Amino acid sequence: MRLYAAVAVSGFRRHATYRVATAAGVFTNTVFGFIIAYTFIALWDERPHLGGYDQAQALTFVWVTQALLAPLELMGGGFQEELQERIRSGDIAVDLYRPVDLQLWWLAADLGRAAFHLLGRGIVPLGVGALAFDLALPADPARWSAFGFSVFLGVVVSFALRYLVALCAFWLLDGAGVNMISVLLGIFFTGLLLPLTVFPGLFGETVRLLPWAAMLQVPADVLLGQHTGPALAGALAFQAVWAVALLAAGRALQSLATSKVVVQGG
Amino acid sequence: MAEVSVRHPDSGAREAEGPLPRLLHGLRAYGLIVAMWVRSTMAYRMSFVMMAVGNFLTSGLDFVAILLMFSHIDALGGFSLPEIALLYGATSTSFGLVDLFLGNAERVGRRVRDGTLDTLLLRPVPVLAQIAADRFALRRLGRVVQGLVVLVWGLARADIAWTPVDVLLVPVMLLSGAGIFAAIFVAGAAFQFWANDASQAQNSFTYGGTTLLQYPPTVFSQELVRGVTFVIPLAFVNWLPALRLLDREDPLGLPGWVDFCGPPVALVMIALSGLAWRAGLRSYRSTGS
Repeated sequence: MRLYAAVAVSGFRRHATYRVATAAGVFTNTVFGFIIAYTFIALWDERPHLGGYDQAQALTFVWVTQALLAPLELMGGGFQEELQERIRSGDIAVDLYRPVDLQLWWLAADLGRAAFHLLGRGIVPLGVGALAFDLALPADPARWSAFGFSVFLGVVVSFALRYLVALCAFWLLDGAGVNMISVLLGIFFTGLLLPLTVFPGLFGETVRLLPWAAMLQVPADVLLGQHTGPALAGALAFQAVWAVALLAAGRALQSLATSKVVVQGG
Repeated sequence: MAEVSVRHPDSGAREAEGPLPRLLHGLRAYGLIVAMWVRSTMAYRMSFVMMAVGNFLTSGLDFVAILLMFSHIDALGGFSLPEIALLYGATSTSFGLVDLFLGNAERVGRRVRDGTLDTLLLRPVPVLAQIAADRFALRRLGRVVQGLVVLVWGLARADIAWTPVDVLLVPVMLLSGAGIFAAIFVAGAAFQFWANDASQAQNSFTYGGTTLLQYPPTVFSQELVRGVTFVIPLAFVNWLPALRLLDREDPLGLPGWVDFCGPPVALVMIALSGLAWRAGLRSYRSTGS
């Protein structure tokens, strides 16, 4: 356990070294926050209470999305490309001989990264949004801690999905295609484009049950107070179930993949 | 001992006098590098097709979001779906063209960091041409096609009283829009000589700009509209010409001739970004490692 904590800390530190890149990312998230916020104001002016949100809640959704974009790696990039490169080059064989669990190792590193991005790229955009617009941020510390836990579960689900994507490299070697599809699905089904509660009819209901909903939509709804009491426990359980199921799937796929690893001599 | 000539066959052009021969030399070099990357992409044809389709779909997601919005509403900021499609298609096409031809200029920061920019400086080819053609990705045609499809649909469905001037305005809009985006790409690349891991900031102006322009100006605050008209003149990419096509007031109440200023605005911006690029390249100090 101490080992994985150290890995998480080094993941945090590694990303903390990119200061200019972090500042540039904060700037970009803030600019996008403004653009999308204005389009949402126009949309909610036209249809108040769309998707069960009032305008302040819809705007809060926008800025929470911008704050969680980097921690959840919604736009691609991240550890999976590094892992795919190790699989492609064969370095993975060395990793598999190490006395650590491959999945937990990468999970720890990714949690460290997400923690840094939450602090480095999350707080400022949300703060700017709160200054510039009328947001529905809660004053209740209990709701903030529930949000924090929900974000943690969201990051684990995001990791577990990307781990599955990364393992595809064992069969495909070149991960570019699956990575692209993964980002495409993520952008659409997390609620990054529009809150999933706005998606109409049966399609909307289905979308809200998929694992991507556990990444962004659920944490945002927790912060907005859409789930309280037993419903809150239900929402967190929904995330936890997807996290466990996807991590287990990752393990299964990993053992399938490693049983076919052939270490080339040389 | 015979003198060994290491003169590059093209090196004569480097000494070529005058801006025009140098420009032609740069363009020729650009074409050669692009052709090389296209050939290498076509080695994996299936992969190329998948990536191009992926590019088409990814860039289309924004429009899917707009379609989803219009499943709840009839107008956004007073604009109908075909009118927004026109705005969306115009900016998406201009941006897509620049993303195709210059999209990898943002890699210059990485090259500064890892020192591979030095290699480019040694070659008798303008650095900008090499940077622009670097890893040229033909799959980005997907975005251009997607933009054009939405644009044509918007033009056909929106209520436009076509005049000969309007017909001419459409290609002028697309090309001057591309010129403005190209200037932003080059200026952003130049900025990375100073802040070499800030390529993300460029996205605010490129992807952010095109996202902004997908929606009608009535959606945004006056200050924002003023900012993208007078400070970073993105409004000339599509807002001003498209408002003329749609016969709508521009929200700042500017005189009508401003709608036709896209080409001169693009030329001035390209000239300024060229100067920024030169200044950046001059200030470049190799990592030396």
